[in-house]
Amino acid sequence: MVENRPFLTFLTHLVLIAGVVLVAFPVYVAFIASTHTREVLVGGMIPLLPGGHLIENYAQVLSASSAANGLPSYTLMALNSLGMALIITFGKIVISILSAFAIVYFRFRFRLLAFWIIFITLMLPVEVRIIPTYKVVADLGMLNSYPGLTVPLIASATATFLFRQFFMTVPDELVEAARVDGSGPLKFFRDILLPLSRTNIAALCVILFIYGWIQYLWPLLVTTDPGYYTLMMGLKRMVAVQDGEVQWHLVMAGAILAMLPPVLVVILMQRLFIRGLTETEK
Amino acid sequence: MDTKRTIFPNRVLPYLLLAPQLVVTLVFFIWPAGQAVKSSFEREDPFGLSASFVGFQHYARLLKDPLYLDSLGRTAVFAVAVTALSMALGLALAVAVNRLLKGGRFYTTLLVWPYAVAPVIAGLLWWFLFNSTTGVLAYFLGQLGIRWDHNLNGTHAMILIVIAAAWKQVSYNFLFFLAGLQSVPHSLIEAAAIDGSGPVKRFFTIVLPLLSPTTFFLFIVNVNYTMFDTFAIIDATTAGGPAQATNILVYKVYDDGFLGLNLGSSSAQSVLLMLIVVVLTVIQFRYVERRVQY
Repeated sequence: MVENRPFLTFLTHLVLIAGVVLVAFPVYVAFIASTHTREVLVGGMIPLLPGGHLIENYAQVLSASSAANGLPSYTLMALNSLGMALIITFGKIVISILSAFAIVYFRFRFRLLAFWIIFITLMLPVEVRIIPTYKVVADLGMLNSYPGLTVPLIASATATFLFRQFFMTVPDELVEAARVDGSGPLKFFRDILLPLSRTNIAALCVILFIYGWIQYLWPLLVTTDPGYYTLMMGLKRMVAVQDGEVQWHLVMAGAILAMLPPVLVVILMQRLFIRGLTETEK
Repeated sequence: MDTKRTIFPNRVLPYLLLAPQLVVTLVFFIWPAGQAVKSSFEREDPFGLSASFVGFQHYARLLKDPLYLDSLGRTAVFAVAVTALSMALGLALAVAVNRLLKGGRFYTTLLVWPYAVAPVIAGLLWWFLFNSTTGVLAYFLGQLGIRWDHNLNGTHAMILIVIAAAWKQVSYNFLFFLAGLQSVPHSLIEAAAIDGSGPVKRFFTIVLPLLSPTTFFLFIVNVNYTMFDTFAIIDATTAGGPAQATNILVYKVYDDGFLGLNLGSSSAQSVLLMLIVVVLTVIQFRYVERRVQY
């Protein structure tokens, strides 16, 4: 701000408050809906203030009796989502940091080719090769399993590029010192490079956890066994019943709970989140 | 491509380090993509026992298929609408936060979290709001004399998915615009202010041109997002309907191939989509390379 303009400052706050309200509105209504009974929701205009059935509804969603219509219980789906998100996060970071280490600190044949093969993954999102990828996973017998849910998603060009970029800024003197002291590449990696990468790893963890948690198409394709359903699929299936029979109060309670983990991660680790987002996309 | 001045002289280790990434990439990315290309030129017999080479037949048929061309047009409308809406809102909010001396962090926190909401949940939330029996928005629109029905009216369905997709993407655009605004040199703004130009003029003659790299980058990223990451929004709400009104290309590949089992056509569609992603990615990276040299 270069000059004081009270009206413009007023307008600024107005725009921001309108923005915050707009962004929060759907979630607010969902929360309100999750505190009423189904009868109140389908009986015309839904109320704009919370009702008295909050604990009851959430308890019902989290209880074992939420298993219905071919769906497993909510807690099982939440565990599947959590497992999937954590395995993807961990897997992506491990294989990316290893490949970036190989590409930056070694000279070997086919180095450029390896780099390009990794780069190409950016151009092949799951959405454009649904059937052949499904076939590969089916042929390998990985349908309805954790490896099937996660391994095909853990190749990551962006994470590899991020680590590569960071390694290029690590002073060469550190490698020289390590080599003079007689340490091999693995020791150098473990004792010097890994500790230096801590912040980058943390920032990536935030982004990748969200990525893993919100996956939808892939679990939809590779799981037919309800025991492996994730939350995102489960929520969709809760509304895929006859229009008059949707248990909106439970669906909305389930949706609120399902968005809580990643949203909390973003809010509590905002600095890491912004860093991860802006650095991986460059 | 550059390496370090000092490197490790190991012959086997780099291959071992790269192996996990390369194996996953080859098995789950490159091989299936190759299969898609192969089967886009083939026709399988009804039992899936043998396949015969049919050349560009699937492509020729697709490009003459009114349903496919229609889907292409709808994808374009969807992508442009979501991109324009979410970028305009993101920019307005970023400009506002950037003007504040204090409180910026607070507003940022309240604005960025929808990034973490799953597309499928974003779709469900807006569907609920527009739902004819329970929806608040449908109710208000009814009061205004608009009978909202996204189950029958294609335009309504399209508006619904545009809003849901844009809502989720505003936070992303906001963050990148804010980063762009914060890198605009303060001295330029001050010089213009001393020369007597007001905030509006300063914005359009100095800030916006300096933001053009960010704007271009976001344009590509947003088009990419609407074309490929909105699958869950559509599947959770309209499922491509009513009457194909929201059947965008990505959804059509899934619908024709996975549900309709029309493998040849679905593969040809996959290959065309891959070409679109390749073009978008190449543009994005060429531009990033150029920006680095500034």
